[in-house]
Amino acid sequence: MDTAHIREIRSVIARGKRWDLAFAIVGIVCLMIGLLTVAALFVDMAVKGLPRISLEFFTNFPSRRAESAGILSAWVGSTLVMVVTAVTAVPIGAAAGVYLEEYAPRNWMTDVIEINITNLAGVPSIVYGLLALGLFVYQFGLGQSVLAAGLTLALLILPVVIVATRESIRAIPAAMREGSYALGATQWQTVRYHIIPYSMPGILTGVIIGLARAIGETAPIITIGALTFIAFLPSPPFQPEPPFLSFEWLFAPFTVMPIQMFNWTSRPEAAFQVNAAAAGFILVLMTLAMNGLAIWLRYRLRRNINW
Amino acid sequence: MLPAVFLRAQGARRVEVRHPMLDNPAMTLPAAVSERLATRRGRVLRERVIEFVLFLAASLSVFTTLAIVYILVSESVTFFRQVPIIDFLTDTQWTPLFDDAHFGIMVLVSGTLVSSLVALVIAVPMGTIIAIYLSEFTTPGIREFAKPLLELLAGIPTIVYGYFALLFVTPILQWLIPSLPGFNLLSAGLVMGIMIVPTVASLSEDAMRAVPAALREGSYAMGATRLQTALKVVTPAAFSGIAAAYILGISRAVGETMILAVAAGMQPNLTWNPMEPAATITSYIVQVALGDLPHGSIGYQTIFAAGLTLMLVTLVFNILGHMLRRRYRELY
Repeated sequence: MDTAHIREIRSVIARGKRWDLAFAIVGIVCLMIGLLTVAALFVDMAVKGLPRISLEFFTNFPSRRAESAGILSAWVGSTLVMVVTAVTAVPIGAAAGVYLEEYAPRNWMTDVIEINITNLAGVPSIVYGLLALGLFVYQFGLGQSVLAAGLTLALLILPVVIVATRESIRAIPAAMREGSYALGATQWQTVRYHIIPYSMPGILTGVIIGLARAIGETAPIITIGALTFIAFLPSPPFQPEPPFLSFEWLFAPFTVMPIQMFNWTSRPEAAFQVNAAAAGFILVLMTLAMNGLAIWLRYRLRRNINW
Repeated sequence: MLPAVFLRAQGARRVEVRHPMLDNPAMTLPAAVSERLATRRGRVLRERVIEFVLFLAASLSVFTTLAIVYILVSESVTFFRQVPIIDFLTDTQWTPLFDDAHFGIMVLVSGTLVSSLVALVIAVPMGTIIAIYLSEFTTPGIREFAKPLLELLAGIPTIVYGYFALLFVTPILQWLIPSLPGFNLLSAGLVMGIMIVPTVASLSEDAMRAVPAALREGSYAMGATRLQTALKVVTPAAFSGIAAAYILGISRAVGETMILAVAAGMQPNLTWNPMEPAATITSYIVQVALGDLPHGSIGYQTIFAAGLTLMLVTLVFNILGHMLRRRYRELY
């Protein structure tokens, strides 16, 4: 082989490597654009909103004067709605996941259920709002209440909880079930004492991710007609006199953090936009913390599993 | 006979497990055993009841779908009794709450399609490039770091992106294009694109990682570079998964609400120009829900008709995606 030929081959290789390098740079740039945009979002909100965050911001009701407006009714509303969502979505989602992994026979009905869950995960959230408006608010007569909102968001995050449950159950080796059956346990005993405890961390991860999504959801809750200006709190769940527990708060009107932020963002006055930045900063911190916790939990578990 | 769990593991149907002793009438059982077996009926019943309850939980998803279809269709039917479907599809005005009411859904559909298109022009190339980079070019260390970060970004509430579009991106765009109005589809679409990038990138990357290493090794053995392998071997092999990622991205863009409600204005406007403000299907629903419309009025019914249109648009894209995936599915 003559040197000219070798030189030609080398130049082809060098050209290939240049293209590789060029693409790698483009890849890094794209990744950076994505990350920097979000960093810009975060920094922008922090710079505008942080000076506004004080104890009063958490303990004041919304107000017509931007300086004294706070997020008390919003964060209390968000918390109550999340409680309803979690209490509904966790048992139903875990039960559905257990059924599909441990019980479901292979037939068309199971196929229909599985396809349904996949499709529901892709339904726009505002459609859940319309469903809730027609069904919960009017047909069930729940009105624009904490309960209606909590149930709506529970339906919304059910696919997330179901998929997480199924994934973590699938990771349990068959030997665990066989050991339990060998000792004479029934199917439910096996599920109750082995499958559910072992898959608990995975279910928990799914629940946290689902709730992190639910807490930021605005559209379905606006659609059911949640108010944007609430200057009172629902009646407290605990009372000094018997029967001590009260569930009146379930039927109270409410507002939530993202709606409060939407309300402030869509006002023309700059002072309210500062409030929006502060509320957004708190909202992002909350969702990032929840998602971060879930991701950390998942990666930790993946590393620590040794059956 | 094998216990049910073994048979199920082999992919067989579930079988009833019955102790052989029970089928033998000649067998006399010791008293202690027969007493324990006497509880069997109650136990079987309890198992069945529990299985049924779990089944109900699982079938809730089917009921949800049925309820969505029922609510959207039943409210839309009353709507279409008053508004002919032809007017709904061809009218060029959307003024349902005016005295001179017009119900041309294309006005809202145009806003939805334009903003989604802007978002996809950003999200599809960026998402694909990031996926290829993470899957084929980078080290496992960076990938393990970048993937959770992308998942984290996908979790930021959309109202926050809306704030960002209106109060950060729009002023920058106005500085570049002075004639741009304060509310416009462009800024909302761009931010929506950035929002969708993590979804597209993460799912496409999963699809590419699922391509067997032997295909890559074969390509490298033939002297192909990384880029050639990535573009000509891995991407075609993973295309069905990548298409699924695109479809999910489109669904998210079409169904996205808050970014558009905040940053695109809620003025119905039949336009194909992203520089203009316009309402979308979703932002119209929000706008109506924010007001105080009586239950059962024509205005109330329009949001269900709009919702039905939204579902149908999403469905069309999903069917297209399904066809695309079947067409390009690679078997290996």
